[in-house]
Amino acid sequence: MPGKTKIKKFRILPGFKMTLGYTLFYLSLIVLIPLAAVFWKTSTLSWPEFWRVATSPLALASYRLSFGASFLAALVNSIFGLVVAWVLVRYSFLGKKIVDALVDLPFALPTAVAGITLATVYAPNGWIGAWFVPLGIKIAYTQIGVFVALTFIGLPFIVRTVQPVLEDFDTEIEEASANLGANRWQTFWRVILPNLLPALLTGFALAFARALGEYGSVVFISSNIPMKTQITPLLIMSKLEQFDYPGATALAVVMLVVSFLLLFIINLLQWWSNRHNANTLS
Amino acid sequence: MTPNAVTFKQARRYSTAEPPFVRRLLIIVALTFIALFLVIPLISVFAQALNKGLGVYWASIRDPLALSAIKLTLIAAGISVPMNCIFGVSAAWAIAKFDFPGKNVLLTLIDLPFSVSPVISGLIYVLVFGAQGWMGLYEKADHPWFPWLQRWLHTHNIQIIFAVPGIVLATIFVTFPFVARELIPLMQAQGRTEEEAARVLGASGWQMFWRVTMPNIKWGLLYGIILCNARAMGEFGAVSVISGHIRGSTDSLGTNTIPLHVEILYSEYHFTAAFAVASLLTFLALITLVLKAWVQRKNDALNAAGELSA
Repeated sequence: MPGKTKIKKFRILPGFKMTLGYTLFYLSLIVLIPLAAVFWKTSTLSWPEFWRVATSPLALASYRLSFGASFLAALVNSIFGLVVAWVLVRYSFLGKKIVDALVDLPFALPTAVAGITLATVYAPNGWIGAWFVPLGIKIAYTQIGVFVALTFIGLPFIVRTVQPVLEDFDTEIEEASANLGANRWQTFWRVILPNLLPALLTGFALAFARALGEYGSVVFISSNIPMKTQITPLLIMSKLEQFDYPGATALAVVMLVVSFLLLFIINLLQWWSNRHNANTLS
Repeated sequence: MTPNAVTFKQARRYSTAEPPFVRRLLIIVALTFIALFLVIPLISVFAQALNKGLGVYWASIRDPLALSAIKLTLIAAGISVPMNCIFGVSAAWAIAKFDFPGKNVLLTLIDLPFSVSPVISGLIYVLVFGAQGWMGLYEKADHPWFPWLQRWLHTHNIQIIFAVPGIVLATIFVTFPFVARELIPLMQAQGRTEEEAARVLGASGWQMFWRVTMPNIKWGLLYGIILCNARAMGEFGAVSVISGHIRGSTDSLGTNTIPLHVEILYSEYHFTAAFAVASLLTFLALITLVLKAWVQRKNDALNAAGELSA
């Protein structure tokens, strides 16, 4: 008797090999091979050279601004995004459907358009910027401007991750909390918020990751002064304009590694969030 | 009953809802936030576009440079959306209907373009096809170990970067995951029983696909296409790196898409013209939002009907 009989699993549905083959082919051609080119290009730099470019004062200043402004924008979005999601799910008011649709505007509006309109509105003579002039605050062409653009870009992420969880939230849990003597604030703080936390963190991470790589909406509202208002994608762009390809690529590798780490963290958060929701619902 | 005692009805309401003033306060906070970041900038686009009257508005849009930018944008979206659509259906079919090892890795790789900065998305194609990258390797011919494609392009004198093909490639890259990521969860949720039944009843592969799968995924597919198209027409960073900003005219296309044309107008202080052209993209965004809301409702209705009949 032969030791091994290969049992071929019979598949009733057609097209597995064709579709998977095409998927892998197209993925390699469009995404994987071109991305590999970045790592290939960096390998033409020696390690000390790479390190010198990646940690130059200009680069470090750009990381500080990119990470700082993205973090702050994601934080502000977490707070106000939660309020927006809450209001959209729990209350009814005039124009609610329009507001709900408008939340996706930063996804749909091209970043260049967002950039020029934010720069105009938040400029010292702009509709909103003018209010801040008497207070001595300049928004456009400063670091605050970068923060404003990144807040715009990140807004939908928090609302759209928190909203479905809030919709599925069982009000019986809130009733139980109230029955046990908690007031509304205690119920929110101790019962509702902990249950929203996984979704909130996922939204925060998504908004942060998006803001980190953002270019189009920032380039117009930032004055793009090196060491001051230059985010990392802008620094890469200015290196490209000076034909400093190895320098641009070295910074691109740093950003890619950070993005991949964030992607990994987001996947973990999403897994946690899904498991959490499944537990609460069952 | 004391005057300030709460009724049973009120007590019940306040146990799972906030007092009216808190509600009003939260609604005001939410609406102010939305107004500051979304509504006012949105209105400002149209106000700036029309501040010199309709005549200037029309002239800015019908300018030959603007028209060639519109044409290029339509070409880029017209190629990249169908390409990613075919890929999305194919990837969703393989991933949702079959089991194989490494599926989660594949899912992550498909999402990869979303986590890459637009500037880097453009840069990678410059490195593949540019003189500083693999193409240069072939042209210098020191060690031409990989660039067979580059050799072919070189002998046929086909330009990729700073030309239309590069713009199309960058657009394909940034819109790569849209259709796939809409369809995969949808098709996974639908399972494979309906398709299996069709096969058992004697349908051919294509019959099964067009008559069973397609009606089930059509709204999800449309949703993915709408999002993919909006991004394809609006992409700025990636296209900006690869374009070289060659201006079009009536007889040559140039390499400026609508967003790049907006950038040039704005940086040359033609603010009204910049906003006029930008208003076209804003209309597109608004249409996208309306379509999105409409398709979402259709899709929810379809799912609800499915749950009822199940």
